[in-house]
Amino acid sequence: MTTSSEDVLLQMGEVRYKKGDGTLYVMNERLAWMAEHRDTVTVSHRYADIKTQKISPDGKPKVQLQVVLHDGNTSTFHFVNRQGQPAMLSDRDKVKELLQQLLPNFKRKVDKDLEDKNRVLVENPNLLQLYKDLVITKVLTSDEFWATHAKDHALKKMGKSQEIGVSGAFLADIKPQTDGCNGLKYNLTSDVIHCIFKTYPAVKRKHLENVPGKMPESEFWTKFFQSHYFHRDRLTAGTKDIFTECGKIDDQALKAAVQQGAGDPLLDLKKFEDVPLEEGFGSVAGDRNVVNSGNIVHQNMIKRFNQHSIMVLKTCATVNAPSGSMPNGTSMANGPLGQSSYTNGLNGKASKHTVDTPVSEQDVPPTKRRRVMEKIRYEDLGNPQSESDDDAPQSSNKAKHFELSKVERYLNGPLQNQMYENHSDSLAFEYVQYKLVRNSESWLDRSAQRNVICSKAAVNALGELSPGGSLMRGFQEQSAGQLVPQDFQRDLRHLYLSLQELLKHFWNCFPPTTEELESKLQRMHETLQRFKMAKLVPFENRAMHELSPLRSSLTQHMNMLLRTANSKFATWKERKLRNNR
Amino acid sequence: MKLSVDGLLVYFPYEYIYPEQYAYMLELKRSLDAKGHCLLEMPSGTGKTATLLSLIVAYMIEHPERIRKLIYCSRTVPEIEKVIAELQNLMVYYDKHAHTPPGMTGLVLSSRKNMCIHPEVSKEREGKAVDGKCYGLTASYIRERHEMDAEVPICQYFEGFTLEGKESTLPVGIYSIDDLKEYGRSRNWCPYFTARYAIAHAHIVVYSYHYLLDPKIAQVVSKEMTRESCVVFDEAHNIDNVCIDSMSVKINRRTVERSTNALNNLTKLVQDMRDEDTNRLNEEYQRMVQGLKDASVQRDTDMILANPVLPKDVLTEVVPGNIRNADHFLSFLRRFIEYIKTRLRVHHVVQESPAGFLKDVSSKICIERKPLRFCAERLSSLLRTLEISDMTEFGALTLITHFATLVSTYTKGFTIIIEPFDDKTPTVSNPIMHFSCLDSSIAMAPVFSRFQTVVITSGTLSPMDMYPKILDFDPVVMSSFTMTLARPCLLPMIVSKGNDQVSISSKFETREDTAVIRNYGQLLVEVAKTVPDGIVCFFTSYLYLESVVASWYDQGIVDTLLRYKLLFIETQDNAETSYALMNYVKACDCGRGAVLLAVARGKVSEGVDFDHHYGRAVLMFGIPYVYTQSRILKARLDYLRDQFQIRENDFLTFDAMRHAAQCVGRALRGKTDYGIMIFADKRFSRQDKRSRLPKWIQEHLVDSFCNLSTEEAVQLARRWLRRMAQPFSREVQLGISLLTLAQLEGMEQEKLERQAQGKQGVGGEVQEL
Repeated sequence: MTTSSEDVLLQMGEVRYKKGDGTLYVMNERLAWMAEHRDTVTVSHRYADIKTQKISPDGKPKVQLQVVLHDGNTSTFHFVNRQGQPAMLSDRDKVKELLQQLLPNFKRKVDKDLEDKNRVLVENPNLLQLYKDLVITKVLTSDEFWATHAKDHALKKMGKSQEIGVSGAFLADIKPQTDGCNGLKYNLTSDVIHCIFKTYPAVKRKHLENVPGKMPESEFWTKFFQSHYFHRDRLTAGTKDIFTECGKIDDQALKAAVQQGAGDPLLDLKKFEDVPLEEGFGSVAGDRNVVNSGNIVHQNMIKRFNQHSIMVLKTCATVNAPSGSMPNGTSMANGPLGQSSYTNGLNGKASKHTVDTPVSEQDVPPTKRRRVMEKIRYEDLGNPQSESDDDAPQSSNKAKHFELSKVERYLNGPLQNQMYENHSDSLAFEYVQYKLVRNSESWLDRSAQRNVICSKAAVNALGELSPGGSLMRGFQEQSAGQLVPQDFQRDLRHLYLSLQELLKHFWNCFPPTTEELESKLQRMHETLQRFKMAKLVPFENRAMHELSPLRSSLTQHMNMLLRTANSKFATWKERKLRNNR
Repeated sequence: MKLSVDGLLVYFPYEYIYPEQYAYMLELKRSLDAKGHCLLEMPSGTGKTATLLSLIVAYMIEHPERIRKLIYCSRTVPEIEKVIAELQNLMVYYDKHAHTPPGMTGLVLSSRKNMCIHPEVSKEREGKAVDGKCYGLTASYIRERHEMDAEVPICQYFEGFTLEGKESTLPVGIYSIDDLKEYGRSRNWCPYFTARYAIAHAHIVVYSYHYLLDPKIAQVVSKEMTRESCVVFDEAHNIDNVCIDSMSVKINRRTVERSTNALNNLTKLVQDMRDEDTNRLNEEYQRMVQGLKDASVQRDTDMILANPVLPKDVLTEVVPGNIRNADHFLSFLRRFIEYIKTRLRVHHVVQESPAGFLKDVSSKICIERKPLRFCAERLSSLLRTLEISDMTEFGALTLITHFATLVSTYTKGFTIIIEPFDDKTPTVSNPIMHFSCLDSSIAMAPVFSRFQTVVITSGTLSPMDMYPKILDFDPVVMSSFTMTLARPCLLPMIVSKGNDQVSISSKFETREDTAVIRNYGQLLVEVAKTVPDGIVCFFTSYLYLESVVASWYDQGIVDTLLRYKLLFIETQDNAETSYALMNYVKACDCGRGAVLLAVARGKVSEGVDFDHHYGRAVLMFGIPYVYTQSRILKARLDYLRDQFQIRENDFLTFDAMRHAAQCVGRALRGKTDYGIMIFADKRFSRQDKRSRLPKWIQEHLVDSFCNLSTEEAVQLARRWLRRMAQPFSREVQLGISLLTLAQLEGMEQEKLERQAQGKQGVGGEVQEL
């Protein structure tokens, strides 16, 4: 045996592969086939490589099992049990079932990774181009590419994939059927299992702990259905029930959440009362309405219903949370939204609650204030006529701040261009003033039409100023688009894209304060050099040959970018050497 | 807009106005002019608060000699916050548009729990604990002790307040709870005491009912209010219950135990004090002799609860000799507690009058009525003398002394009921002594006599003739307004039978019937299928809710329901319910939709609004009668019959219908809102029930909607929802249910009033389905 450490889970004799008889081994991590009377394994597929398995239809004389690999290759095993068709079938089914259990465990890891990457690339042409330019030309390794350059994409894409929601009644969908002999049969689909896991993380944890180590899948679910956890009306189920703990965990989580209190002050029943009295005084509601029915079963069940709904709701909250506040989902259910200022009294109300904002002590008053204001608003009476005002003592109005990136610019207006400044000097100041005064005199004049130039002159002027006109001679950019052929343009764009990406990471390393950054800087610098040699230079050469008039002007800017980066790197290197000395 | 209401210039902070708001102002003004009380019903969601505030504020500006103060009482803290926010809106409007700013100060007063800013004390969640800790830091003797020994902790904010705050007044403005806290932080003043002082001279005070109705709190807080005040009780449909509760006491075994412990503690403390320093005890004794009850400067911080009886009933005599001495008083109390203990040891229900109780007390333990009347005050005096810093442990003892004082002061309108066990669990001994007030007018009377105008208003006061009777007052104005609507935005229906034609009713005989429960379930499922977003259901009692949910689970109805919407249920635990409620709101917001099962008379039905998509349909399963077997209720019914000639049945129906209306009214909070109201009980279609619904609901409840089966109701709902989902713009409303200033001036006043009161009927404009 080649890999002795692996456990053989199933050994199946009399299996034919490519017309040779041999034995099929189903092992922990791979499927292997060994020809008869040989010591070496002829066929070995790691489960991770296997995409699916296929089996021959029942009626066929040949009983076969085929595994399809990710790279498209297949291996077909032919079961040839001497004891006839039924034995062959049973052999095949044994292998099949075992594989069925094993494959999903591996599938998740590999498949997901590859498929995700593939999908990301397909969905982002830019990224795909980058990938082609950088990885395939070996400027970067694939891992490096994914780790640094496509990180955001990968993450974003993951989040964006839409998850299937959880139906409130998923437990009811598992309709128990009597099988006729004092037993119940539950239909469990993978969807339902998924729902259960999503809604009850505690069960998922139990599942991970117990299956397949301590008990098989089916036993786990049998236990689940027997437990009080599933039957909401049952109170206790002894201590040996593995789900007792789940219930406890859930209860604790709920209790903690309850303790934290309702975020909304208008819903917090505890804070409604405003009576500072000892219990026993009539005004204190206290236990007055607590008519304890003594029916703990019912109370527990009600608690469980609440809990169930809350858990189900939580599953969709986690999906929604990253995408920020929810769009106005409810209004869709209410029919078309009108264009009028208020339609069905719902506009925007729904979106005002962000889904899961933890309310810290500090921001309670503003949210409370906002909620109260919301409640006293009457859409049809119009806005309270005081609200628009800034000096109103409403903290909510201060929410928006005017942010300026350049304060001077905002205060002084756009700065004059240097070129124009020179130009305007030539005109005498007085003259301009005089002209202005003259002009402004005519502003109030009704008969100002005579100042308007005639239409012919206007058309002429427009012509001169249009591309190709006499005044537009010196204008070059516009012609570049026509001079450079399409494929060059595209290549140039790709080059820019790749270069920008690399440069971004290069400059990100500054200032290199840690070891890590330094090594990354070094690496990035090398990458840049490689890029120049592998991509830029060939492009320049090609341009030189084919586009003689433009030549280097196309890549001028890119070269400048690279030079800047190089000089920066050189300076840093030099300084570092000096420091080390 | 600035409008003229019967010659009074009113600033109304909105561009438009509802006709009924205008009519409401007219009625309100009439009652202010007449200096009398009034009773006004206006549907929820028609801007009652804004209307009230703008008219009364305008009146105060115009006639400062007639109305000097507005006291606005509401029920819950969120309601109070809403009022103050409306007031702020109004004042901003005044500032911008009036020639001279009104210069009015308005503020909230709430319990210490909501107002404290002390870093440690405010962390406490229980109101009681906050009060106790605050007392421990601010009581006068604690502060005196601090002067001797700087180690004794005090509250810096209170110190800041006493240093500078007492003399200065609050700057003009409107202060919400948070504003007060903010102000307190910036000045280093205690917001609670700042507010307590400020309400004496503020123009507008907003607080909870109890601060005015409960004598033991009102004496501390609302003592110095002028007669020229206008008192508004908003959401007053339950005011009689608040009155009754404020005078009632309940004692169970735990109370007795805890008060015995407290008494032992006190005895020890008195002993200690005598060993150390007899002077103080002697001083106290001397004070009692001289009748200078509280000659020691009455400091506000020293008093948590005042005498539980009404001010006019407080005796001004000298404390009787047998309880002047601290030791004597303690042994006196001990005897009384022992007596209560023996009374709790009963095996059958006992009901007796206070007079009978007093007679028994005097014969069994030789305690006369007179000293009992002084119990509450004597104890608070003793606690002060002993300089106790932690008041929390004496709560039970205080309760007992209050009971003693109450029972010996009032002989009429009260009853004592001792129940040895709960009716549900007759085997478990759990004795409770109820000292119950039967007459809501007792607590209300001083308010009516003390203040010039009392406005009682709510969205659901029908039938209105009941309130003057049970509160014993004479309103000068009594009016009910309807909701003028441009589209029928509410759809009340009475579902009396299921699809199988079995009549549904929560009547006692049939309520546990599986057919009824199943039909209720099917109704809910059908509604859940049809109606978008949130649905709220109210049950008649918590017990019924529990058993119905259990049967629904067995019948598989819960599972079907879960297919359409998530399910949330009110529980008896407030914190849990709040959390479920929050998730309900979340589920409605994210478009998933949810069903909330709640209980009429519960917290949810009283304090939470289900406006817009939070409640597109409300189902009332059954008629929410009170638990009629309750002895307290029976005693009250007897009393009402004897004293006010109110028939039992009338009162029960009245009570049930006001709660039903309150529940269904939760769904509709404005004219742009819309909601279905389903009354699922056969009995609702009877005339005596139907006619007791508020006018604004009755108007839309046509005969053909009164005897529907589930399927018919769902059909109607489906059609109606489709209409409601159409865009609805202001233009449609203008002139009918919404007026501009010009339109308002153009309309005749009388016509407008008629319309608002639904006499003429707006039927012309409202198309039938």
